[in-house]
Amino acid sequence: MASRVYLDANASEPLRPQARAAVLAALEADANPASVHAPGRAARTILDAARDALAACFGAHPGRVVVTSGGAEANALAIHVLGQGRRLIVAAVEHDSVLAAAPGAATLPVQADGTARLDALAPLLADGPALLCLMAANNETGAIQPVREAAAICRAHGALLHVDAIQAAGRVPLDLAGLGADSLAISGHKLGGPLGAGALLFAADPPVRPLIPGGGQERGMRGGTPPLPAIAGMAAAATAALAASVNDLAALRDAAERAALASGGVVVAGDAPRLANTLCVALPGVAAATQVMALDLEGVAVSAGAACSSGKVAPSHVLAAMGLGPLAGEAIRVSLPWNTTAADIDVFARAYAAMASRTTRRTDRKSIP
Amino acid sequence: MRVLVAMSGGVDSSVAAGLLCEQGHEVIGVTLQLYDHGAATGRKGSCCAGQDIADARRVAGRLGIPHYVLDAEARFHDAVIEDFAATYAAGRTPVPCIRCNQSVKFADLTALARDLGAERLATGHYVRREDGKDGPELHRAADARRDQSWFLAMTTPEQLALALFPLGAMADKEVVRAHAARLGLPVAAKPDSQDICFVPAGDHASLVGALRPQALLPGEIVDETGTVLGTHQGLARYTVGQAKRLGLPAHDAGQRVVTRIEPGANRIVVGPREGGARLVRLAEPNWLTAPVPRRLTVKLRSGEAPREAALVPDGDSLAVLLDAPARAAPGQACVLYDGTRVLGGGFIAAD
Repeated sequence: MASRVYLDANASEPLRPQARAAVLAALEADANPASVHAPGRAARTILDAARDALAACFGAHPGRVVVTSGGAEANALAIHVLGQGRRLIVAAVEHDSVLAAAPGAATLPVQADGTARLDALAPLLADGPALLCLMAANNETGAIQPVREAAAICRAHGALLHVDAIQAAGRVPLDLAGLGADSLAISGHKLGGPLGAGALLFAADPPVRPLIPGGGQERGMRGGTPPLPAIAGMAAAATAALAASVNDLAALRDAAERAALASGGVVVAGDAPRLANTLCVALPGVAAATQVMALDLEGVAVSAGAACSSGKVAPSHVLAAMGLGPLAGEAIRVSLPWNTTAADIDVFARAYAAMASRTTRRTDRKSIP
Repeated sequence: MRVLVAMSGGVDSSVAAGLLCEQGHEVIGVTLQLYDHGAATGRKGSCCAGQDIADARRVAGRLGIPHYVLDAEARFHDAVIEDFAATYAAGRTPVPCIRCNQSVKFADLTALARDLGAERLATGHYVRREDGKDGPELHRAADARRDQSWFLAMTTPEQLALALFPLGAMADKEVVRAHAARLGLPVAAKPDSQDICFVPAGDHASLVGALRPQALLPGEIVDETGTVLGTHQGLARYTVGQAKRLGLPAHDAGQRVVTRIEPGANRIVVGPREGGARLVRLAEPNWLTAPVPRRLTVKLRSGEAPREAALVPDGDSLAVLLDAPARAAPGQACVLYDGTRVLGGGFIAAD
């Protein structure tokens, strides 16, 4: 194979140069930001600057930015803090990190394009205080959810709203106050920062109810010495991501989409407003896992469904919730990172065509239950 | 050439992959997730994958080859576990390893190999594939104790054409382990797998009972005259030829074996160890040579010595006529040999 092309940004974005620089600078501060001495204060300054930058990027107050180990912890913390004493409602297409943190939650169904059915929301909110978890954009399809509209309905019913913005952050403008949400979760490495940091942004001072009490860091919301390089990198990545234009990425994504369509692909959630970098495309009769393997062997990295710790590709609950039938097991996610080039898309187009021509289209297709 | 290797995480398939790499092939590892490991071992909340998949990934990492894990749970459940329970409930004795080879292993992985542009599908089985004058032939392994040809007799000619068995010529398991150590594979000292992979703690009856409760209903144990001798604890616990755990009085122990299982009457018939039938009919026969009447040897169980027999006309098809009568267990395989070569096989039909 000539070259490797990475088109799995929704799993992890490549490190942005601004983030790399911030990580390296923060590595120099070898002190604990909680310490009272001068080196500690220097570390604290880096942490504060990162917190200020994140707050500015997403329309939050710096004092209400809780740094976590990543997106999954941010989602779990939001549900732990805001869901206290409330019924939980989750959209059917939420990420596993939300679903697993909300056992027994009621489900808000989605339409065929993957966006939430807001007409079904008010009845779900009628039974007393609730917390709705609605993601800003879906990790598999890129479909952008009507968060603002959902927030208005929640407010009218006295419900709270947590927004998993892990995929949307850095890809669409997000403003916590403007959205009307009560909390927003982000993840550093999905922005082009390093692995190991995320954040939960609250719209108002939250009750102090940590998952990890530890040493009382993050205003008591999250114990443990914060990983300064990862946090500084996340903040730098967020700032850089919001300064970049997504128009070029949309054009490249559309080119990838045309290439897939020309080889028999079927676009999923194509009618919904989508993230500019995300393409979910099915090849009828060919298992998604086979497509991912075949493309990987051609040097193109894409994904399907959600890989669990075994590495197996589980059927997608997101695509099943959209009522796709057999296509739910036959769709791959092509997600363009910030540094995608036209040459990358050419490689993808050739690899996709080769894969589509070599694979046998099965007729004994099964719906994902 | 590009070769897809089915890697279980055990020593054998790991060495198969390692040897193919050494020979300069472009090797792709694939591991099947067949069942929920946590549920099968009765450990609540444990990972669905278990250690074997992790081992396969580590071996692939060591070899520097691409490795993928395939979710075959639904397929395995339908083709193997359901069949396992249904066969017991019908009074026959299943061979789940053959059903697995017929479905997820050779049928599905052969298709995957083609989809991925691989020219061969390799496994760590102890059998030999030889290129004869009429095409590929399946032969017993060099190591008679490890020979798995009985389990692979249902491999179709099309599947065999694509198959590679790098371990078939190995003298014994120690040679294989020595290769594993030499190649630096992290599974060199791993114990061999035992029993049926998806049955927790050897208790197959509970698994059958969960899917087919009627297979655990008590019923009569009778002799061949119909005299009731005792009570059995469910058809799933018995196989034709079985002498142990019949629940009969002590003076009978070892004197009688199961001669017939009658699912309609939920009855176990016992009789003398000797005797049985000479004619064995084959269900779902698979032919690796032209099916014609001839002398041959057969094995009615994996571990037994070959029996002298003939392939004889039986209506529109062929049946096996044993030289000496035997108590063949319906549902098990009857595999046909000419010396080391596998001619074909089928499942032993009930009378």
